[in-house]
Amino acid sequence: MAYETFAELLEAACEHGSLARAALAQEVVESGESAGAVRARLTGHLTVMRDAVEFGLNGTARSRSGLVGGDAARIDAAQGGPLDGVASRAIAAAVAVAEVNASMGRVVAAPTGGASGVLPGVLLTLADERALGDDAIVDALLAAGAIGAVIASRTNLSGAAAGCQAEIGAGAAMAAGAATELLGGTPEQSGHAASLALQGLLGLVCDPVGGLVEVPCVMRNATGTAVALSAIQMALAGVRFPIPFDQVADALASVGRALPVSLRETATGGLAITPAARALVSGGADPATDISGR
Amino acid sequence: MATTRSIFDILGPVMIGPSSSHTAGAVRLGLLARAIFGRQPDAAVITLHGSFASTGRGHGTDLAIVAGLLGMRPDDHEIVRAFQHAAEAGMAVRIVNGDLGAVHANTALLTLSVGETAVEIQGSSVGGGEVLITHIGRFEAYADGRMPLLIVEHADLPGEIASVTRIISASGANIAQMRVSRTRRGAEALMLIETDTPLPAATLAEIESLPGVMRLRAVPAV
Repeated sequence: MAYETFAELLEAACEHGSLARAALAQEVVESGESAGAVRARLTGHLTVMRDAVEFGLNGTARSRSGLVGGDAARIDAAQGGPLDGVASRAIAAAVAVAEVNASMGRVVAAPTGGASGVLPGVLLTLADERALGDDAIVDALLAAGAIGAVIASRTNLSGAAAGCQAEIGAGAAMAAGAATELLGGTPEQSGHAASLALQGLLGLVCDPVGGLVEVPCVMRNATGTAVALSAIQMALAGVRFPIPFDQVADALASVGRALPVSLRETATGGLAITPAARALVSGGADPATDISGR
Repeated sequence: MATTRSIFDILGPVMIGPSSSHTAGAVRLGLLARAIFGRQPDAAVITLHGSFASTGRGHGTDLAIVAGLLGMRPDDHEIVRAFQHAAEAGMAVRIVNGDLGAVHANTALLTLSVGETAVEIQGSSVGGGEVLITHIGRFEAYADGRMPLLIVEHADLPGEIASVTRIISASGANIAQMRVSRTRRGAEALMLIETDTPLPAATLAEIESLPGVMRLRAVPAV
């Protein structure tokens, strides 16, 4: 199995030299696949992520409901905002992937379809900025997967189980920890980055308008990206979060259990029941459909 | 909490969005039902229950199940055009909403037919793209599509199970899990046998030739 605690992952990282190498060693043992085969599969994931960013940024992706689409291109083209530069590009890339997901395009769940934008938004943009190659990004994906597995050992990574904190929150923690290592941080700094990202999204509820993975899910990929970037910035500057990542992940699980069902993907609370949300979905309830009538 | 076996459980699946449960899992339900039915049906009536009924259209659950019935994988770009592909392939599709009772919120009942032969297959998408087939025809079932599965419909006779497992054992294959159910004592029964590796054709033929075996289907992992 993957490491169930960050403490174990950290110990292995000290032995192997990085979170990525520790994660790869464990994956090889568990799966029986060679290191090369594991890296090749992740390189395939990387290609899917790149294609999704590119397709999303061209601005033609539209969801079946028509609620989302075109915002990634809007962000990408804009100038003059406070995050111009790498942060704006990361947010645009994250929204691009999320729009592709909402439009029945191809993505890598990270850890879910609804949260699939944060990890590529952060990693691909930072790697591009620093001119880092595919091997470095695959390393970051290994680290991200190991961090996600630590959270997954405590709670199911789904909005239905533990709210959006278990999707966007987990994705942001994975991205922050992995990118910190990508940019030269130590495994300890990666842990602080993951904690700093996750603490900022604890309690985030899953309240999808119309029950669809669109509003606010697409925008929350931007939120998760911004939170991850600030966590990376802090961790690399030497900021330490006083609660260890394992305990932050425990907190996520306990908060998730405390969330009422109405705020766990059932579309019966939060934004989903606002008057504006109801107006958006009125008449959109799924009637029986005959293929010939479409 | 379920143990995470692999980082690919966290990074993945590679899927057509938007939802691992309502889209990727729905494709796998269709794929599994197709494999259990044994071929591409000429007609499919798809009854969506619960969350599948209320949000399925927005998530492309309808397209996804049809895509699976056509043999598409969860990462196939053509899922979004599944209805056109069904029409071209001569598969008539009807999607309806219905109440299937006290079952998982993401459940579908697929009534698949070729000519006069119709089979009802019911299954649920239980999260993260994982699925569970719970009913095949009149029988309760438990199939998640993770391993090669042998389905044997047989007469509920003493020794039948032993005969089948003896043949599998002789082939060198290892049984990972096995379940049996029956309509009533002495009537028809169903064996669901998961093996670590697919069974050779000769082994399947030998099982099929057993007295009491009425129907046999080898379902690959999907």
